[in-house]
Amino acid sequence: MRYLPKSPTDREAMLKAIGVKSIDDLFSPIPEKYRLDRDLAVPRQMAESEIVDWFKQRAKENGDGLTSFLGAGAYSHYRPVVIDALVQRGEFLTSYTPYQAEYAQGTLQAIFEFQTMVAELTGMDLANASMYDGSTGAAEAVMMAVRITGKHHAVIARTLHPEYREVIETYATHQGIPLTTIAYRDSGRIDLGALEAAVGEYTACVLIQSPNFFGTIEDVEAVAEIAHKRGALLIVSIAEAVSLGIVEPPRAADIVAMEAQSFGVPLGFGGPYCGVMATKEKFVRQMPGRLAGQTTDKNGKRGFVLTLATREQHIRREKATSNICTNQALVALMVNIFMTIYGKVGLRELAKQNLAKTAYAAAQFGRHANVLFSVAPRFNEFVVETTEEPHAINSRLLGHKIVGGLPLKKFYPELGNAALWCCTELTTRSMIDTAVGLVADSERSVDVKEAEPAEALR
Amino acid sequence: MPQLLGDRRLSDLQWHRRMDGAAAGNHRSRTNGKTLTDKYFMKHMTRKATRHISQNEGLIFEKSSPGKAAWKLPPLDVPEVDTSKLLGKQERKDLGTMPEVSEIEIIRHFTRLSTWNYAIDLGMFPLGSCTMKYNPRVNEFVSRVEGLANGHPYQPEKISQGALHILKTLSDCLIEITGMDAITLQPAAGAHGELTGLLMVRAYHHSKGHPRKKILIPDSAHGTNPATAAMVGYAVENLKSNESGMVDVAALAAQMNEDVAALMVTNPNTLGVFEHDIHEIAEIMHAKGGLLYMDGANMNALVGKARPGDFGVDVMHLNLHKTFSTPHGGGGPGSGPVAVKRILEPFLPKPVVVSKADGTLGFDYNRPQSVGRVRAFYGNFGMFVRALAYIFANGPDGLRQTTEDAVLNANYIRKGLEGTYDLPYSTRSMHEVVFSDKVQAKKGVRTMDIAKRLIDYGFHPYTTAFPLIVSGAMMIEPTESEPKEELDLFIEAMKSIAAEVEEDPQFVLDSPHNTRISRLDEVAAARKPVLRWKPEA
Repeated sequence: MRYLPKSPTDREAMLKAIGVKSIDDLFSPIPEKYRLDRDLAVPRQMAESEIVDWFKQRAKENGDGLTSFLGAGAYSHYRPVVIDALVQRGEFLTSYTPYQAEYAQGTLQAIFEFQTMVAELTGMDLANASMYDGSTGAAEAVMMAVRITGKHHAVIARTLHPEYREVIETYATHQGIPLTTIAYRDSGRIDLGALEAAVGEYTACVLIQSPNFFGTIEDVEAVAEIAHKRGALLIVSIAEAVSLGIVEPPRAADIVAMEAQSFGVPLGFGGPYCGVMATKEKFVRQMPGRLAGQTTDKNGKRGFVLTLATREQHIRREKATSNICTNQALVALMVNIFMTIYGKVGLRELAKQNLAKTAYAAAQFGRHANVLFSVAPRFNEFVVETTEEPHAINSRLLGHKIVGGLPLKKFYPELGNAALWCCTELTTRSMIDTAVGLVADSERSVDVKEAEPAEALR
Repeated sequence: MPQLLGDRRLSDLQWHRRMDGAAAGNHRSRTNGKTLTDKYFMKHMTRKATRHISQNEGLIFEKSSPGKAAWKLPPLDVPEVDTSKLLGKQERKDLGTMPEVSEIEIIRHFTRLSTWNYAIDLGMFPLGSCTMKYNPRVNEFVSRVEGLANGHPYQPEKISQGALHILKTLSDCLIEITGMDAITLQPAAGAHGELTGLLMVRAYHHSKGHPRKKILIPDSAHGTNPATAAMVGYAVENLKSNESGMVDVAALAAQMNEDVAALMVTNPNTLGVFEHDIHEIAEIMHAKGGLLYMDGANMNALVGKARPGDFGVDVMHLNLHKTFSTPHGGGGPGSGPVAVKRILEPFLPKPVVVSKADGTLGFDYNRPQSVGRVRAFYGNFGMFVRALAYIFANGPDGLRQTTEDAVLNANYIRKGLEGTYDLPYSTRSMHEVVFSDKVQAKKGVRTMDIAKRLIDYGFHPYTTAFPLIVSGAMMIEPTESEPKEELDLFIEAMKSIAAEVEEDPQFVLDSPHNTRISRLDEVAAARKPVLRWKPEA
């Protein structure tokens, strides 16, 4: 086996040094009846070339070469090649959690820079080293709010990613945290009246997503006011991190739970991604996950360590803030490098391109179909309602090597034939025009709607 | 010092001394009248590592200045938009202290940082219970193949057959390896797998009419076990280990009752000891309707040699980032699949992968008894690709040989260090061995100090102070990836440190001596946390 660095002679010599006759003697602690006396029924040992072929074959069966309008919590942005060149350095790739600070300063300083940039971008005081993803990060944020407030009720926008909501339901079930879901209005934004009615003195937190699942940017300040006046915290989930380049961050929030996949992480069929949690300084001791902090060594030299570990499971066991241990470190490093590459100016320009492509696409679709939720501002997603069932439209688009928008009926039955479309800087005008043309074909029989939709503006 | 570097007539030792003399002039540390660095090289001549120039590097923000850029966007092919008109008061005007740097600076920045890390690629990483094994590069390659790396989780199933095939094949392999009946790949890490497993335990008991109240956890367990039980709303009851470091079967029998939902056992346990009475343990649990949960952190001792499903385990998680070679990446990402027996299958998180009537694969969301979702989408798919590539590279014979070598290596280290370090439990070791600092503590040197000194010898430390049942624990797991030569160097280094403790404990207490920075003030870091950079006011 090519990964194993021992010759038969080495093994013999080692067995002799240990003082046993055969390798089986070392397995004698396992009762004989439980020792496996056959080969595992797994595929035979393969050569590297065979392994590569096998996976390339799978890739071919996986929509390779298509262009896509899918977003919905997983976004296709350009990944500068520098990212993979750096994260594949063995000293990052094959190192461990930096518990031994003297021997892991590279990872620790990188985390410190990551925390700084995430805090800056989200408008919070500080951020942790990462959570598993946006969905579990949101669930952990709810539990954090419960710890901080001592209250047990969470109010959640229906426009939070439906799968994030499912994860929160799973986490909350056995924590005794009842959940109230708040509907959206025709604007695509949360129903503030219903929110006002649902938040009580017993409410720990209000959780919204912005831009929300429909791509609509919420009025975070209005939501914050409602939450705060009843003593509830505001948690803002961000699924599309690139929006932070041009959309005002949710500074009025108490906790931001973000999915940072957009920042240089491959779509990878849904993972690994990079959850992040950011919060106000006063809440740091209730925050889950690892934190890197700055300190000095005995010669006064600057260095970084994992800190505030008394929140964590390896110290506090059942009283810990969370059971999280392994996080998404290497993915966070991708995010870190992406943020460093685009930086202060590039992130804004990148976000502007996303905005421009989406505005163009929404306007074009609007000529032939109904673009919903056009009153409030949006970032890079929009909902298109068609007469024809969107799966049928998508089948035709696939013939042109285009993956159409996500049909929403599964998550929002009331939206009928609506689909969620996403444009990023990688979406070309010709792709948009082709998709619009095909949608137009199917809508041909329908009355032509108002040529320009109300792309309106607040 | 080119003249020194160029002088090949010097022996290694002389060269070190001269290099060191030059360095010693800078800090003039002295103990017993000799320079520290003289002592260092006289005391031992480490064969693994030599000091080397290390580049200094500040924070990225300290390199930033307006106008530098590492990005370039293509020209916009649609009309420009008026952002303030589109976004109104929601428009962000300023990105604060985000950096502005060039591409070469970014390459140097992260490359320099990387050189301050230790890694498996540099040598043995003997962290107990962490299974720091070689991370094959073909895994990285195949995970980046276009079509897999670019697959969108919501693309239609008919164009996701490749990804589904990977999910299915890996599931089948892991079910066979564990001897279980069904599996979910959704959990993102080991602790997340524990959460998923216990949610299923709870759902199972609930379906029987009584969710029960408690989880039994041995005192040798990883901290995630009790933390997880608490998250699922269970009370934690501690189970004392016996004098061999194993579950005390009589105590278990006494503590087991109809209020106990499950026992969370790690096997081999955190001492590296196989729970010899595992079947009896399972029987005690099952007799009172409880379930046996196995923490698969230590599965590297069992693959191809024994299967948890065969010895009575009902539910277990695996760590693909341990046993199945996906990289630790400085702390993640991981992946924590949970394998279960048939009785727990209805409760698996949704969706599950199913074969459809037309021969294609698909996701089944119609799972009325499911515990729900534990993560958006399907889990850390990129880790599934890597783990499956590892299984392919090994095959049944390679997997078995891997396990045998892992156990061989641990026992070789045990033999080599027995007598030098205290072995608190003489029970047979599997893939890891736990010593204690009992002998060295008499000189005031504890496990963390020995660990820090090990860094000077060019090794990453072992796991310190865990498991909690051993005072001053030194938990060593070499994995199968170490050649005999590297193990010999490690044994030599550990023996040399033991000798140093006898001669000059203060020298060990002051270590590490050869790192970029010395021991950091962790108390100050926690008392007044500085968790982000801020520009100077």
